Amino acid sequence: MKRSKPLSLHVPEPSTRPGDKPDFSHISISQAGNANKPSIDVCASSIRQLAFDLVRVLDDDANAVGDWQPNLSKQELTKGLTAMVKTRIFDERLQMAQRQGKTSIYVQCRGEEAIACAQKLALSKHDMFFPTYRQQGLLIADDFPVVDMINQIYSNSKDKLGGRSLPFFYSEKDHGFFSISGNLGTQFSQAVGWAMASAIKGDNRIASAFIGDGSTAESDFHAALVFASVYKPPVLLNVVNNQWAISSYQGIAGGEAANFACRGHGFNIPSFRVDGNDYLAVYAVSKWAEQRARNNLGPTLIEWVTYRAAAHSTSDDPSRYRPIDDYQSWPLGDPIERLKAHMIKLGIWSEQQHQQLEQQLTQEIKAAAKQAEANGTLKSGPHPAAEELFEHVFKELPEHILKQRQQMQEQQ
Amino acid sequence: MAESKLQTMNMIEAIKDALDIMLAKDDNVVVFGEDVGYFGGVFRATDGLQQKYGKSRVFDTPISELGIVGTAIGMGAYGLRPVPEIQFADYILPAYDQIASEAARLRYRSSGEFNAPLTIRTPCGGGIFGGQTHSQSPEALFTHVAGIKTVMPSNPYDAKGLLIQAIEDDDPVIFFEPKRIYNGPFDGYHDKPVQPWSTHPKSQVPEGYYKVPIGKAAVVQEGSDVTVLAYGTMVHVSLAAAKLSGVSCEVVDLRTLLPLDSQTIVDSVKKTGRCVIVHEATKTSGFGAELLSVVQENCFYYLEAPIERVCGWDTPYPHAQEWDYFPSPKRIASAIVRSVKELDYE
Repeated sequence: MKRSKPLSLHVPEPSTRPGDKPDFSHISISQAGNANKPSIDVCASSIRQLAFDLVRVLDDDANAVGDWQPNLSKQELTKGLTAMVKTRIFDERLQMAQRQGKTSIYVQCRGEEAIACAQKLALSKHDMFFPTYRQQGLLIADDFPVVDMINQIYSNSKDKLGGRSLPFFYSEKDHGFFSISGNLGTQFSQAVGWAMASAIKGDNRIASAFIGDGSTAESDFHAALVFASVYKPPVLLNVVNNQWAISSYQGIAGGEAANFACRGHGFNIPSFRVDGNDYLAVYAVSKWAEQRARNNLGPTLIEWVTYRAAAHSTSDDPSRYRPIDDYQSWPLGDPIERLKAHMIKLGIWSEQQHQQLEQQLTQEIKAAAKQAEANGTLKSGPHPAAEELFEHVFKELPEHILKQRQQMQEQQ
Repeated sequence: MAESKLQTMNMIEAIKDALDIMLAKDDNVVVFGEDVGYFGGVFRATDGLQQKYGKSRVFDTPISELGIVGTAIGMGAYGLRPVPEIQFADYILPAYDQIASEAARLRYRSSGEFNAPLTIRTPCGGGIFGGQTHSQSPEALFTHVAGIKTVMPSNPYDAKGLLIQAIEDDDPVIFFEPKRIYNGPFDGYHDKPVQPWSTHPKSQVPEGYYKVPIGKAAVVQEGSDVTVLAYGTMVHVSLAAAKLSGVSCEVVDLRTLLPLDSQTIVDSVKKTGRCVIVHEATKTSGFGAELLSVVQENCFYYLEAPIERVCGWDTPYPHAQEWDYFPSPKRIASAIVRSVKELDYE
């Protein structure tokens, strides 16, 4: 073949940068209600299109439409909305606490509340979630005591993890919340292994794995999909595509060439692309995948299309790499606003009730934060004992670590 | 305790016997890895186990070391007791993140809420013309990681007892199996016929369940002038070297590298006043450096000579130059003699 011009490297770029007008025209958005709902025993190849469409239930007029409408009760809707609002207020409070020096770092999940909250409420109590650091909604939706979350974030004297872990790296086995690790993607194959174990034991529990768009590039993502494809364990493989991995847009993770849902088809895993800001769609697709897994029909891959509304973490300044107001133009809107509008439309909610809820949760979280602060913060007050750093390395303290603990005590 | 009946076994048979016993004893034990299931393993260590226990207990995996260990950690978190195999220690590195960042720290970061009671079996070591990627001894990459136990047996009796102990241990264990001594105790004389295990007393393995403690070294030969610290294949090579040197050597088989049995080492060196450390792995930052510091810190006033280290050279493991690389009885004996001569200068 004749070479016409020199080779050049393709380096994907986001559609907009700081100072540009936000532009999301590259995001393909199906109309609400358009995606069909297959039976749970469907073969992956017959629903290929669902990896490219966008499963949506709530339309632009806040109506719930189409086959995926989950028909939740007033009580269920209220619970979902409450969990999301509480998650957001929690985030705002802890963001502020970090700025006040009460902890070293915090990450918000602003804009992504629907995914963790709805899926937690769609699964069962004994199922195990393998979250990343941006699924705090899993605990909040489970009515986990927020004061204990804050104790952990403050690394204080009541921190169950003894001050050994970074803030928000919770571990709550009894709430189906696997210990969070800083190493990205690792929990994805672990979730598959947990689900394999459940299948090996003839149990009926299922696992739910989470990974972000950026971390799908880690080898763990591929390994998890291979093992899920081979052994067909009961696992939900959630890819939260919030468009950003710190400063890198999802095109750098490979999302420009192909979306993340369609990767499941290389492994013959039924795969969906879903509106992650649509509480009803998240609930319905999670429930579908849950039923499929529980009935021993195997794994499901779900790409949740959403937007990381806040900074990556308290150490990040997104105005250096993306338009400052881009979330205002995000075509899938805000998950709380959309569910709220739907409930108001149904006549089961009002602006006044919403404000009351916000006030009540603000007070609740403020009180919890105050209570936690009495147990100490990173900067001041009671701390975990220094000796805690030697605990739980092994089940029993080996001699060489015991000696080091003694050395530390002598040198203090 | 009633005397168990003894059986003659090589290392492979002893390892398979340990797996068999644990699969029978504990429903939560699962065995898996590449070619481990139907075929019974490339070294036959799992031969017949799938047939006996079924495919949900003993199974083949995709060729993905990180997937093997990652799923094993998830199974451990569920409550199983996984015994994954990595076909060669040379290929454990794709799983290093899962081992070092996850298995090793799961207990620590969750305050013991979750743990990773894995036993990762992996054949290691050289002396088999395995070249660069079938000969390595990466133990120091694991002894450096807080939260993992590292074990390497040197004979069938220990292999079975240590493996049973490792599987029952609630902490993650890397179980290195020196493949050079799977079939017989190799003493480093590569030009002489290799003896089968049946001629060695440690091939007499009790039937049924027994354990060898993790964290305990064994003095395999008592002596008065030099302490030789070795593990794996090098235990046998060191015994041959001790004989060749004509020096009264106390040969210690460490058996467990972490947690290390410092007491046995220190007691021996205080008695002999000299120490030669032997391993196949490369020298720089190898486990021998840690052993050297343990001896130096604890036996300084007892040492009569500089501590010697006989190790693999600081190169990748070569193919044609196998016997130039592999620490030989002659090289070890020279170090032993050198160590004794230091005293004569006084």
